[in-house]
Amino acid sequence: MRKNKVFSRKILALPYAVFLVLFVLIPLFLIIAYAFTDESGAVTLSNFRTFFSGAHNINTLMFSIFIGLANTAICLLLGYPAAFILAKRNMNFGKATVLLFVMPMWINFVLRTAATRDLLFAMGIKGGEHPYLSTMIGMVYNYLPFVILPLYTTMTKMNYSLIEASYDLGANKVKTFFLTILPMTMPGIVSASTMVFMPTMSSYVISDVMGERKISLIGNSIQLYFDQGLWHIGSLVALIMLLIIAFGSFCTETEEEHTSRGGLW
Amino acid sequence: MSKNKFSLSDFLCKFYVYILLFVMYAPILLLIVYSFTDTKIIGKWGGFSLHLYKALFRDKEIMQAFANTFLVAVSSAVVSTILGTLGAIGIFYSGKRSKAFLEGLSNIPVMNAEIVTALSLTILFVFCGITFNFTTLLIGHVVLTIPFVVLSVRPKLMQMDPNIYEAALDLGATPSKALREVIVPEILPGVFSGFILSITLSLDDYIITAFTRDTAFQTLSTYVYGVTSKKGTLPPSLRALTTVITLIALVILIIVNIKSSKEKEK
Repeated sequence: MRKNKVFSRKILALPYAVFLVLFVLIPLFLIIAYAFTDESGAVTLSNFRTFFSGAHNINTLMFSIFIGLANTAICLLLGYPAAFILAKRNMNFGKATVLLFVMPMWINFVLRTAATRDLLFAMGIKGGEHPYLSTMIGMVYNYLPFVILPLYTTMTKMNYSLIEASYDLGANKVKTFFLTILPMTMPGIVSASTMVFMPTMSSYVISDVMGERKISLIGNSIQLYFDQGLWHIGSLVALIMLLIIAFGSFCTETEEEHTSRGGLW
Repeated sequence: MSKNKFSLSDFLCKFYVYILLFVMYAPILLLIVYSFTDTKIIGKWGGFSLHLYKALFRDKEIMQAFANTFLVAVSSAVVSTILGTLGAIGIFYSGKRSKAFLEGLSNIPVMNAEIVTALSLTILFVFCGITFNFTTLLIGHVVLTIPFVVLSVRPKLMQMDPNIYEAALDLGATPSKALREVIVPEILPGVFSGFILSITLSLDDYIITAFTRDTAFQTLSTYVYGVTSKKGTLPPSLRALTTVITLIALVILIIVNIKSSKEKEK
């Protein structure tokens, strides 16, 4: 009787487990299998050779990583002070102001990006003439809310008495920031960075819309192979991205907090 | 710090927040302002007019895309919420090993780049010889949103008093009745936020939609992407659309805000 009861609750996860295996696990294995095979199904390393022998492909990969890092840095620099001010109690910012920072996420992503392009266009910055500048601005616009939210969540849980203690013990503002505030907000910084870095380098929508297709990111490569039905080499590029993600999550594993997207509700 | 004292640093702090908000909203505000005039180019005001709104609501393609977007969002959120909530409950009561396995698996779509998820699903469908249709799109969106339902429900399960389920059973409830009348009400706020989060993510999605849809099926994302890649600036009627979507988002924002402040009072 008792065994039966425990069993009945566990079984609820079965449909979920089946769904995940079918549509998450098996597709990932297919990616790996496709990356190491050719059209006829024979095991080969030719996909690797094709990808890494093209200077263009390596440039794209390097540039994607660079723009991912640059966007993460800019978003953190802009978002960190904003989140800090929002979380400060004596500022009396209500939850409504925080929600205002997040609301752009509810306006369609492509429409929002196109709106940014129209604004730059009206200001005389044309995507076709300044593809790098436009793309960078578009990226910052899009990912800033994703940085502010996890940072804000961490900062509201911050222990303010430690900051006061630091001042009381004679530390100046700079020292207090680096020795108490920054370490306390590290989990927020880590989760903000993971929210920004990977999507920046892999999404091709912003670079396409803002840079008028003059900039190619790693996401563009995958999309191009998808359009041409080149599944095998496309899988290889996806596998490279998977490895970067795995490396990134391995580095941040201990500090990972899933407050990032769900934290507001 | 006394309340009445003017502090320069406080002023600068507030100034920074408002300036940042203004810059963030500038593109949307610009489109909203220029949705009330009938000009091709933004920057030249052609007098107040509601023509763009008329054009928007008459545009069958946009209205269809709008309806499709909500259809996908709501149906995928319903599937995700049911499967994910049951999944979260099941995982919570599972043994150590299957718990670790399922939680690890749930994290993959969260950590993964969307385009990798999209490509892997596409390859699965191509491999199985499935033609792209509404179901493939639905599966894509469920994969995207379901981990977030699990992540929203899990904390509520952990906060729950573990004895109340046992008490219900001891008082003669069947396991399914105990589940429905004891566990579900306890975790309902988490289920609700998982649902809202699913809708949000689905509405916003472009990449998974682009990969897993039947190409004749347009959502707002794919429609806007299609027209922006053709012309220099957005077609004017999309400015009116921006206003409509912003209004909807604003209404949701106000509702969420009222709801959360009411919860605080409790």
